Amino acid sequence: MRELDCRGLVCPAPVIELGRHIGEVEEGGLLAVVTADPAARVDVPAWCRMTGHEYVGEEAAEDGVPRYVVRRVG
Amino acid sequence: MSTPATAGSSPESVRRVYLDSASGESLHPAAKQAFQAALDAAYADPRRIHHAGRAARLVLDNARAATAEALGVRADEVTFTGSGTEAVHRGLLGLHRAARAQRDVILHSAVEHSAVLLAAAWSGAATQPVAVEPTGRIRLDDLDDLHVTDAAVVACQSANHEVGTVQPVAEVAEVAERAGGVPVFVDACASAGRLPLPEGWTALAASAHKWGGPPGVGILVVRRGARWRDPFPEDERAGEHGIGFENVPAILAAAAALQAVVTERETENARAHALIEWIRRVVSGLPDVEVVGDAVDRLPHLVTFSCLYVDGEALVTELDRLGFEVASGSACTTSTLEPSHVLAAMGALTHGNVRVSVDRNTTEDDVGRFLTVLPDAIERLRARL
Repeated sequence: MRELDCRGLVCPAPVIELGRHIGEVEEGGLLAVVTADPAARVDVPAWCRMTGHEYVGEEAAEDGVPRYVVRRVG
Repeated sequence: MSTPATAGSSPESVRRVYLDSASGESLHPAAKQAFQAALDAAYADPRRIHHAGRAARLVLDNARAATAEALGVRADEVTFTGSGTEAVHRGLLGLHRAARAQRDVILHSAVEHSAVLLAAAWSGAATQPVAVEPTGRIRLDDLDDLHVTDAAVVACQSANHEVGTVQPVAEVAEVAERAGGVPVFVDACASAGRLPLPEGWTALAASAHKWGGPPGVGILVVRRGARWRDPFPEDERAGEHGIGFENVPAILAAAAALQAVVTERETENARAHALIEWIRRVVSGLPDVEVVGDAVDRLPHLVTFSCLYVDGEALVTELDRLGFEVASGSACTTSTLEPSHVLAAMGALTHGNVRVSVDRNTTEDDVGRFLTVLPDAIERLRARL
């Protein structure tokens, strides 16, 4: 799974990174963003709703930082 | 309202438009007049029995009677506090303190103002949020599923201060009544004056500066016969709900503004509603922008929207530079860097968030110019990132 390391970034940068790179995964493919930004927990699912991609869920990266996974749709 | 530029880095020629009445509305002319008259006439302690004291007492009693009439409550149910926040604290905590000891849970909608959430946390009671719909409306089914019978208080705002969604307070109150008469606390700060008070509550808080009264005046209304106990040290001079020496001139000004606003509200609400509808329509057509909150069951004077890929603080600053003063619930505009708990509870985008609120001074021209500059402002900020 392709992963974007946004550990040092705060809102809205992690979502901007998602928007920039979602086109680089194939349709149906997964893209993850790793960030401690508290806004991302709300904003990644909201981004999916607004752009038509699928929110897969939240897990933890190896260092415990939240990782939000999305699936490219269309 | 358009005033000449006086502060900040805006070009000197920029006409300023205040679009943040939901944070604090400019003083209503009726309030100004009353305030000036009362400054001279009502300086004394209203609890002294000499002439000057009686004069101040008369002004205070008149203000209380006018406030009660405008809100549709009894005069002896009204207490003036130092702010809406204080009225919230006293109202909620007083109900909690008077509740039976075995009931030690405060249920509240997930989108209450932080004054409610922090008071609930401070009370020592367990707290339980009730989820909301994506529109911000409290989920009555979820409330029904909770153990309302164990609750000391159910808190539900009259309308949401950030997104404008009106809450079904009467239906919440019915659930509380069925659960054995659990008291209901209503934070009505966002709607009082503009909308009639809802039905079914036990104690309620309002704030004068949200309807064009002066800041520093809150209203606590406790229903006659309700179980309520002062949660703070009592004021032995001022009686059961007292809070010390009232700011009588400001209270009279608040009452005068409230009377005026209630008289004007049919016309003013229709005007505000149309201005906001216009903003909602234009903004929802912009790319990657989402209007938040209930489109129909809403406060007349405010709208909130979120712009993808935009920094909320940068957008507020850019709009301010262009002469438009708006609020934001985005994390980067707060001291905690936490996003708005209201937007989060609704599942709404929290970044790039802007709240626009109009008042009696906002003109069609103001809104038209705002809608002209907004799309370019958003695109400029997106291009920068």
